Amino acid sequence: MLQEKVNIVMEALQHVKDPEIDSISIIDLGMVEKVEVNGDAVSIELLPTFMGCPALDIIRQNVVEAIAELKCFKEIHVQFIYYPPWTSDRVSDEGRLRLKEFGIAPPPKQMTETGEWHVDCPYCGSTYTTIENIFGPTSCRSILYCKSCKNPFEAMKPVSTMM
Amino acid sequence: MKMVDGKPMEQAYQSALLSLLYQLADDDFILAYRGSEWLGLAPHIEEDVAFSSISQDTMGHAAMFYQLLSDLGEGDVDHLAHARSAKERKNAILLEMVNGPGHYLSKPRYDWAFAVVRNYFYVQAKKVRMESLKNSSYEPLANAALKVNMELYYHLLHWKTWFVQLMQAGDEARKKMEDAIKRVSADFDGVVSLGPLSKDIATFKLIESEDILKEKWKLFMQPVFDSVNLEMPDQFGIQSGDGRKGEHSKDLDDALIILSEVYQVDPAASW
Repeated sequence: MLQEKVNIVMEALQHVKDPEIDSISIIDLGMVEKVEVNGDAVSIELLPTFMGCPALDIIRQNVVEAIAELKCFKEIHVQFIYYPPWTSDRVSDEGRLRLKEFGIAPPPKQMTETGEWHVDCPYCGSTYTTIENIFGPTSCRSILYCKSCKNPFEAMKPVSTMM
Repeated sequence: MKMVDGKPMEQAYQSALLSLLYQLADDDFILAYRGSEWLGLAPHIEEDVAFSSISQDTMGHAAMFYQLLSDLGEGDVDHLAHARSAKERKNAILLEMVNGPGHYLSKPRYDWAFAVVRNYFYVQAKKVRMESLKNSSYEPLANAALKVNMELYYHLLHWKTWFVQLMQAGDEARKKMEDAIKRVSADFDGVVSLGPLSKDIATFKLIESEDILKEKWKLFMQPVFDSVNLEMPDQFGIQSGDGRKGEHSKDLDDALIILSEVYQVDPAASW
């Protein structure tokens, strides 16, 4: 019964998208750390990708609304916590696919010892890309350019505790 | 009652912790504000994107430190950020100084060399602090530092790149950079200072001592100074006053009037 309720919550969270990348859910982004059901109360802990992300309040509100729609909880607690810290390897395989669909290269899985990283073009798959700006339109994205298909594109910044 | 290592927090420990948190929060808050004033005025459009993104991250860090203060009973985060007077603030004076002559709405004549040097010196000092704070005796602060540190990696890379490139550009750029280094150094002791309770802060293992942190900063900066053929300043000053003691300049008063304008009209306004 309890597990059932948790599953219902998780299912609802699958439909809460990043307001700035609406093809990917907050689950696939790796932002959902904990879901706890206690009778008719549910408590959800989320990890912010970047601390200054202005979408955080919108995401919190959207989570509350998605859970309220289920009409099976009297109490809904949604909280952002920063430990463990969100890292870019929390993005799921499904999430990596959804990012590409949106024209955003998924975060590189590996970085060199010098901190350099490389991503392929999300449109044509070419490795012939250059970085234009590590900082992009949102905190979690960088701006790149594909020299093969001549498209500008974005990539999700790699973030790890090794940095 | 807040606990440390399973025991209730002692008064002296709490005072030292609060003092450190106010410094961390206020430093990031005011420098993020100064950064936001550059929006639309940076040397080129990609820099506009980068600098505003960095300032947004930095404001996020300030918000996290204010949250830690709030958790210790210091009040609401918006109040901490917007409603405290200049004399209650603990940021270093270097970080509150205006970006240059003029006003961002009319005839801004901001100094990019000063922005690069101030931010590079500060971000390296902040990076050293965050590395040390990862081992802080106050666990919530250690956790916050781990988070900040990851974002800081990109900030440091950014300012270091500007610093090295402008230093190597020669002629006018070199001269402006060297002037900015003199200006920033004259007040940089105010940044590396841990304030009146610095001894307690180190004794309680909240962070390493001021001297150790300063040495680590120099260790990171030495090779960079070597690479651009400039002698690293061996002494810093605290010429404009000690912000850790609540001493501040008119620049901070002016900034507070502008940044708290909305809050003063409607404290419940949503951001």
